[in-house]
Amino acid sequence: MNLVWFHKLGSPKYFYALALRLTPWLGGLSFVLLALGLYWGLVVAPPDYQQGESYRIIFVHVPSAWMSMFTWMFMAFCGLLVLVWRMKVAASLMRAAAPLGASFTFLALVTGSLWGKPMWGAYWVWDARLTSELILLFLYLGFMALQSAIEQREAAGRAGAVLALVGVINIPIIHFSVEWWNTLHQGATITKFDSPSMPVEMLLPLLVSAAGFMAYFATVVLKRARCDILEGQAASGWVREWATPAATDHRNP
Amino acid sequence: MTPRRKKRLTLVGLLVLGVGGAAALLLAAFSENLVYFHSPSEVVEGGVPMDRKFRIGGLVAEDSVRRDDDSLGVRFRITDTAEAVSVQYEGVLPDLFREGQGVVADGHLTADNVFVAERVLAKHDENYMPPEAAEALERAKTGYAPESGTIAEQ
Repeated sequence: MNLVWFHKLGSPKYFYALALRLTPWLGGLSFVLLALGLYWGLVVAPPDYQQGESYRIIFVHVPSAWMSMFTWMFMAFCGLLVLVWRMKVAASLMRAAAPLGASFTFLALVTGSLWGKPMWGAYWVWDARLTSELILLFLYLGFMALQSAIEQREAAGRAGAVLALVGVINIPIIHFSVEWWNTLHQGATITKFDSPSMPVEMLLPLLVSAAGFMAYFATVVLKRARCDILEGQAASGWVREWATPAATDHRNP
Repeated sequence: MTPRRKKRLTLVGLLVLGVGGAAALLLAAFSENLVYFHSPSEVVEGGVPMDRKFRIGGLVAEDSVRRDDDSLGVRFRITDTAEAVSVQYEGVLPDLFREGQGVVADGHLTADNVFVAERVLAKHDENYMPPEAAEALERAKTGYAPESGTIAEQ
């Protein structure tokens, strides 16, 4: 099996250069997709027969809830690479993703709460879906606290990887909570195996908005991972060269 | 893959399996308490606590909503299509409350099997559609055009 590309990605120097080239494109893509998806969803899409205009919160709520779960799965996958292959780049990506995941989770909880008051009649209820999503927020905060508590980078990366892999158990619990138990939160609309319970003129803007969230995630994760790689590799030659080209020129005329 | 990596991979696999198994056992053990509400059938069968508060969930039965003329008091029945329980409530109902709608009520059961609710929450279903589509469905079902007045038009 040809794994050259995999080993290349594992090299901080190569990965940094790749991320540097990708971020502007991903940034532009996320701006276009978010603008299109949100305008389409919040302005163009038809209202719902029951909820009227209030349902439009799904164009923000659902993508952020999806991303809150995706981000943790991404971190768990990075954690696997850290623990088994000792990949430094994976540790940087994992660390870079955590605050984003926390933001997505927070956004999902807040938008859901704002929608819950007029529709359900309560900002918050302790049903299985809401509670497990709140636990996910605490997992993210715990992960971030753990990263800043351990000064030694390698040790912090490994400890975080273990937490990410242990916490990934919560993801299927969040997803299936609405099927396993009676919850106030409604069941899945789009990710059920038969056809989605949503007409295409609402589904399309939702998917575009979700793609925008994903592109935004990729942009910010790569940017943050670049900073983390620079920090971790500060002592290595290529970072010095990159950071102070004039100084190196001076040293080697 | 080097033997060391293989060993680490096995350890990680065991970790995830172990934590997953523990979580599954824990959730199975607490399954009873993770249920947000009980169904009317469970209430009729006596599977709910009589001495403390609990939640009941189901559909508001058709033609069962009776509102008091001079107060916010309202009576209705919650059904899961098999059994139904009478509910008494005084207060503001959520926007989505109406006959045929899913609701969850907080409260306790009196000796004569009336559920006295302290709070009524609407449970939204996972179906979304534009008002025109809903009207078309309604027309197809009942055979005539319904009076206008969906939420979106108000």
